[in-house]
Amino acid sequence: MSDHDYRPKSKVGQWFNDRLPLLTLANHLTDYPTPKNLNYWWTFGGILTFCLITQIVTGLTLAMHYIAHADMAFESVEHIMRDVNYGWLIRYIHANGASMFFLAVYIHIFRSLFYGSYKSPREIIWILGIIIYLLMMAAAFMGYVLPWGQMSFWGATVITNLFSAIPLVGEGIVTWLWGGYSVDNPTLTRFFTLHYLIPFLILGLVVLHIWALHVPGNNNPIGIDIKKPSKDTVPFHPYIVIKDGFALLMFMIVFAFFVFYAPNILGHADNYIEANPMVTPAHIVPEWYLLPFYAILRSVPDKLLGVVAMLSAILILAVLPWLDTSKIRSAVFRPLYKQFYWILVADVLILGYVGAMPAEGLYLLIARVATTYYFLHFLVILPVLGFKEKTIPIPLSITEPVLGGNPNLAMAKQKESKIE
Amino acid sequence: MSEKKTKRRDFLFTATTAVGAVGAAAVVWPMIDQMNPDASVKALASTEVDVSTLTPGNTLTVLWRGKPVFIRRRTQEEIDEARKVKMEDLIHPEKDEDRAKNPEWLVMLGVCTHLGCVPLNDKGDYNGWFCPCHGSHYDTSGRIRKGPAPWNMEVPKYEFVNANTIKIG
Repeated sequence: MSDHDYRPKSKVGQWFNDRLPLLTLANHLTDYPTPKNLNYWWTFGGILTFCLITQIVTGLTLAMHYIAHADMAFESVEHIMRDVNYGWLIRYIHANGASMFFLAVYIHIFRSLFYGSYKSPREIIWILGIIIYLLMMAAAFMGYVLPWGQMSFWGATVITNLFSAIPLVGEGIVTWLWGGYSVDNPTLTRFFTLHYLIPFLILGLVVLHIWALHVPGNNNPIGIDIKKPSKDTVPFHPYIVIKDGFALLMFMIVFAFFVFYAPNILGHADNYIEANPMVTPAHIVPEWYLLPFYAILRSVPDKLLGVVAMLSAILILAVLPWLDTSKIRSAVFRPLYKQFYWILVADVLILGYVGAMPAEGLYLLIARVATTYYFLHFLVILPVLGFKEKTIPIPLSITEPVLGGNPNLAMAKQKESKIE
Repeated sequence: MSEKKTKRRDFLFTATTAVGAVGAAAVVWPMIDQMNPDASVKALASTEVDVSTLTPGNTLTVLWRGKPVFIRRRTQEEIDEARKVKMEDLIHPEKDEDRAKNPEWLVMLGVCTHLGCVPLNDKGDYNGWFCPCHGSHYDTSGRIRKGPAPWNMEVPKYEFVNANTIKIG
């Protein structure tokens, strides 16, 4: 790589860089050769970095006013909303920021699914991403407990009780997690500690995620290996920086809409009632971003198997690079996979919808069909498709379809000869 | 290298590793155990409840160890209904006679054994309790009859201190 030969121009820069090569790193990041055909679906990595920083900054400021105690947590959140200068703004950014974070991460994940970004040689990037996603869910869940409203309390009760499904040691583990015989003050204080810790773990993993990305370089919409640097690449700065920056601005408009015009639309009214261990709200639902997995949990009539199914639905993603047997990355050249991809998108949206509905009658039936299909997609359709599917020939370089006007090599050549 | 020397090194290596492992375990256990219920939580282990005002067909809910406890003074119909159920119809077979020693009084944790919600009184297909979270139905003895919960609602250790007072725990 060219950045290894980098030498700062100034004497001071050289002196510093010989001792700590930070300037070499900065040069690598600005010159980093990026495929020139990246579309806007590739801007969500930058958007997610922004989301993480936003959550950390607003979280730190909220922690200056929040009190992690079962008797005072609910009041201290109201204190933030009413008394603290701009407390309402900071809390609404943090609460809606979580939703925006998940919105962006789902787009980021489904982009990888469409363009096959999880395939060799990018498996480690993908697995790091899945670990980040799991930590995000843990952080979001524990953060939701902190205001100590009814949904906080009963959400915490239901989720921690998932561990009681483990044979023999389950009850002991749940008591250990609670630090008592029910969700109470010891639970709240440890959740606060972990909620504070996890974002920094995520930050560390993001560094590894990007590091692992910079080894093979970005995948691209046509999913072919490209030479770097070459006619097929542009330097990260200014090309990608400008594009990412513009996409981030568009994203922030959506973000600001929720913060200023609909700050509570993604939450539940029940969470403005203080936690009461004697009364369970009539209808417990998790936040929208966990609904598909909640639907899978409820679609299995057995407690242990329900928990196993829910966890498998997430962990199955970690082995996706080996379940998808096709050598072709991008769905652009996989006519059958492209259709199954959109069916999967619909399937997950349906699971999310029925997860918000009561688990009975038709909803339960739909949830069961959708759960079955979800596993079928990963365990049967993807492995078989790699062998059966007739793919479209892939181009040799990014430049070729751009100049030829068609991703198909033979057709592009034909056109070129006609022009001549 | 002589054979004798290798043996001495092996011994030192194994002994050092063993001491290190025991030391690490001795430090890790307190870090794990500190999360278990502390002395102040354990101290709240029992509670006494005055049930003199409870009339048949009504339920009193009290908090014990942070969890609701249902004290139900059952009517004769409820007792009859609970006692005539056949064992083979039950998901978690338990005789009503074992759950309510004094048939008029049913004392149990008001916690659904699925994921810990508080079931609602006088609801569900079996005239007992119904859990709104994931739809578990319990009968007049608090036994699971339908839905995802695996067990009957738990009967805690309790006793009548006198005719009007129940001590739970």
